[in-house]
Amino acid sequence: MQAIAQLRLSQLAPLKPDPSNRFADDPAAAALGEALFFDTRLSRDGTVACATCHLPDRQFQDDLPRGHGIGVSDRRTMPLAGVAHGQWFFWDGRSDSPWAQALTPIEDPREHGFTRAAVAAVIAEAYREQYEAVFGPVPDVEVHGASPLGNEEEQAAWKALGPEEQEAVNIVFANAGKALAAFQRTIAHEETRFDRYAEAIVSGREPVAGDAFNSLEIEGLKLFIGKAGCINCHNGPRFTDDFFHNTGVLTPEGLPVNRGRIDAIDEVLADPFNCLGKYSDASPDDCRELRFIARDDAALVGAFKTPSLRGAASRAPYMHAGQFSTLGEVIDHYSTAPAAPVGTSEIGPVAFTDRGRAALIAFLKTLD
Amino acid sequence: MKRWIAGLVVVAALAAAAVFGMRMMAQPPEELDLARDKPSANQLYRVSIQPELDPPAIGTLHNWIVTVLLSDGEPVVDAKISVAGGMPQHGHGLPTAPQVTKQLGEGRYLVEGVRFNMGGWWELKFTIDASAGSDNVTFNLTF
Repeated sequence: MQAIAQLRLSQLAPLKPDPSNRFADDPAAAALGEALFFDTRLSRDGTVACATCHLPDRQFQDDLPRGHGIGVSDRRTMPLAGVAHGQWFFWDGRSDSPWAQALTPIEDPREHGFTRAAVAAVIAEAYREQYEAVFGPVPDVEVHGASPLGNEEEQAAWKALGPEEQEAVNIVFANAGKALAAFQRTIAHEETRFDRYAEAIVSGREPVAGDAFNSLEIEGLKLFIGKAGCINCHNGPRFTDDFFHNTGVLTPEGLPVNRGRIDAIDEVLADPFNCLGKYSDASPDDCRELRFIARDDAALVGAFKTPSLRGAASRAPYMHAGQFSTLGEVIDHYSTAPAAPVGTSEIGPVAFTDRGRAALIAFLKTLD
Repeated sequence: MKRWIAGLVVVAALAAAAVFGMRMMAQPPEELDLARDKPSANQLYRVSIQPELDPPAIGTLHNWIVTVLLSDGEPVVDAKISVAGGMPQHGHGLPTAPQVTKQLGEGRYLVEGVRFNMGGWWELKFTIDASAGSDNVTFNLTF
């Protein structure tokens, strides 16, 4: 019963303040962030916004194996509900805050393909008043296509800017991320039939008619918290431990083998937009996740973040690169537990009967 | 004959797989020593641990206090202590790298940055380096 009780949405603690983003809970910042989220001007060809892959009517994801922006990314687009409760962002956790995360796709040539100087220009032109009300003056940046991460031309333009202008652009860029993060903090999980059922049985009440589980769903729940061991990693009210595990998912054809978390550790530590960086509002003591980051565990080789299972049944495909197109294929993977393409898989095979398989899927559907 | 051998290999592999498969769901050993106060492996120190939250909430970053005494009860000051741990039945370590960040006096040390990200059997290991020598101690915890 304790295992079921911990999974209820009511057990989700209120969102903690983000010390690295002092605008995280500022409604004006969130309103600006929402506008930026849907703005396709923040892309190289004017066609890509955050909402291109994070579709609001599809749980802020896109139902595709890998995100399609200007090109095709290497990773499955993540849904956004409740993400601010986690500690690490992206499938490998290469960002340590939602605002640092939000900056990366903007400059990724396969996603927005934009530059930070151009972001500053769009904000100066289209959002001056809204931005200045929250963050203060917008600098005038003459050069648009300039970024330390861009193509050769953009990198040269970045160097030509000089340190003061670079700094001014970085501040606007970081603030754009903070506004986007403030908006994303407003995207919350919604109560599901599972939550209503669990609330009833935990408090010893009979679930009301529409919420009661049938025998298959009950069997699925029992498997989930018992023999199948799903709850090991998919624990707590968000059905995730917010950490990284190698589950032996194969690398999709055409993509290089990816070492996941182990390679992201140096990246997040070197990110100028991390909690310890100069654009963060946190004191170093507040950056506890970075201070105590696990660095050398062999289990982190080939490890990817445990996704939340809330709403998962209606958002195929699954895994970090959309390797599986149905929940049946996911369960097949856990029942065979193949060797990992890199590192060592943590999972061992679980024998499912046909009914057990159906039961687990029936249970997952109650989380929609 | 060949087919028979192949069949045997498959059976053996399935048996091994079944055992391996049970690793993840395995219950902690029944005789697990859950003492939070015990001598170090070579009896150089007497070590006790106390979490800031008891029991620690799964998923929450929190602190512990570790107390190091000599076997006669004398507090050990200026010890160098490193922290490790993990889940023996899952093959992974701690999700964080906890550190001793402060001496609190009377042999007590603050351990910051501990998180347990799932239920089950965890180990918390301390390596203690002080005037009496280097020694280590492993505590078992179950959640």
